[in-house]
Amino acid sequence: MAQVENRLEIDAPAARELLESDENAVLVDVRGADEWRGGHIPGAVLVPLTELTERIGEVAPDTGQRVVLYCAVGARSLRGAQALSELGYERPVSVTGGIVDWLARGFPSSLERTLEPDQRERYSRHLLIPEVGEAGQLKLLGSNMLLIGAGGLGSPAALYLAAAGVGRLGIVDDDVVDESNLQRQVLHSTSRLGELKARSAKRTIQELNPDVEVVTIEERLTSDNVDDILVRGWDVIVDGADNFPTRYLINDASVWHGIPVVHGSIFRFEGQVTVFKPHEGPCYRCLFPQPPPPELAPSCAEGGVLGVLPGVIGSLQANEALKLALGMGNSLAGRLMLFDALSASFTEVAIRRDPDCPVCGDHPTITEYVDYVEFCAA
Amino acid sequence: MTTVRIPPTLRQDAGGERDVTAGGSTVREVLADVGERYPALRERIFESGNIASFVNVYVGGEDIRTQDGLDTPVAEGSTVILLPAMAGGALAPLATLRVPVTRAEPVSGAASTR
Repeated sequence: MAQVENRLEIDAPAARELLESDENAVLVDVRGADEWRGGHIPGAVLVPLTELTERIGEVAPDTGQRVVLYCAVGARSLRGAQALSELGYERPVSVTGGIVDWLARGFPSSLERTLEPDQRERYSRHLLIPEVGEAGQLKLLGSNMLLIGAGGLGSPAALYLAAAGVGRLGIVDDDVVDESNLQRQVLHSTSRLGELKARSAKRTIQELNPDVEVVTIEERLTSDNVDDILVRGWDVIVDGADNFPTRYLINDASVWHGIPVVHGSIFRFEGQVTVFKPHEGPCYRCLFPQPPPPELAPSCAEGGVLGVLPGVIGSLQANEALKLALGMGNSLAGRLMLFDALSASFTEVAIRRDPDCPVCGDHPTITEYVDYVEFCAA
Repeated sequence: MTTVRIPPTLRQDAGGERDVTAGGSTVREVLADVGERYPALRERIFESGNIASFVNVYVGGEDIRTQDGLDTPVAEGSTVILLPAMAGGALAPLATLRVPVTRAEPVSGAASTR
């Protein structure tokens, strides 16, 4: 698997060199039309991943032609390169790091975007950090993040991601604001009791930062809707679910869609946070092959949680998500961080990709959605 | 002696303790010592002689599954962490969850990622 992926990937400098030296090479942007309009690589043609295998013949009639694919960060384009390889194309390649890395290297883009004057003011404390600067802020404004849950963890995560200027935030939640939520779910307020959390979240975020486009998905995440939700161009998923079936569903779907997950979980005084990067690091099933038996799997609704704890863990999730979008620092991929509020201590343990993992391993045995409630009750 | 950290969901089986000190030079010996004192915890975390699959055990920050399992050495003064997954976050509790049991087909192209 690793060898195949290496053959199908090249980095941005190598891609640029190849495109300059091979005049028959075709550059294909496999993102969506909205992303394309936000800036693309000059000379590229837009063929969204969902249409790639049908339409590739129009742009690259010769299967011996060099086809260079890119997306935002390189996950979708790698899937595209694999699909073209299976279709008989001899040398399809995906640009690792996608257009995000391309732009970070100062390579040419169709739109030389700059910040508006009021954005310079709003994001001035980011612009003052040399490692972020205008280029970093533009990356954040062009990033797409999906939050699963607008509750304890989703509240601080959404607030900080919105304040930081993440361009598009998706919020999946079908629950309504309840009085018992307000002890910790700081996106909502007493006046919003009974309102859908996704809508309440949208109102709060729009008040905070009108730059952010909020996409509300007022549904519970299930095997039936997860694919439709995940294909909408997300760079990062922030998992703030409160039950094991949803967590395993998010894991399997994210591995198959190639989207990194920033994972957080909390109980009473303790929290866990990590990052799952599909195929680069471990997934949730590598870390926890089995959920605990139901009697040992209480939710916060059953076991309680200190109100500030999701504030700590959800903020750490926002930190990881922002680092992924900016492409800087060391992510928590491969490390599980444990926080204990009572001793005020962090502990870190190493987690590794399991080559025998049923979903992300070398010979996967789970290749389609299962009955997650049954799996977690077993 | 070794400190064994007990996760919140297993504390009821360990007399409510957050940490337990135990003797032994391997994970097997350390957990046997703890199990002597807390048989309910032993029942819970062992499954026919092995660590139950829902519990992760870390010594010196490393998962014993990636080392020598129960025979992984435990140095004097080190910490053994017992860690099951935690569900908690935002959405409804398991009891009220209704995930449809229908099996969706993966999106086209998804199969090639595996």
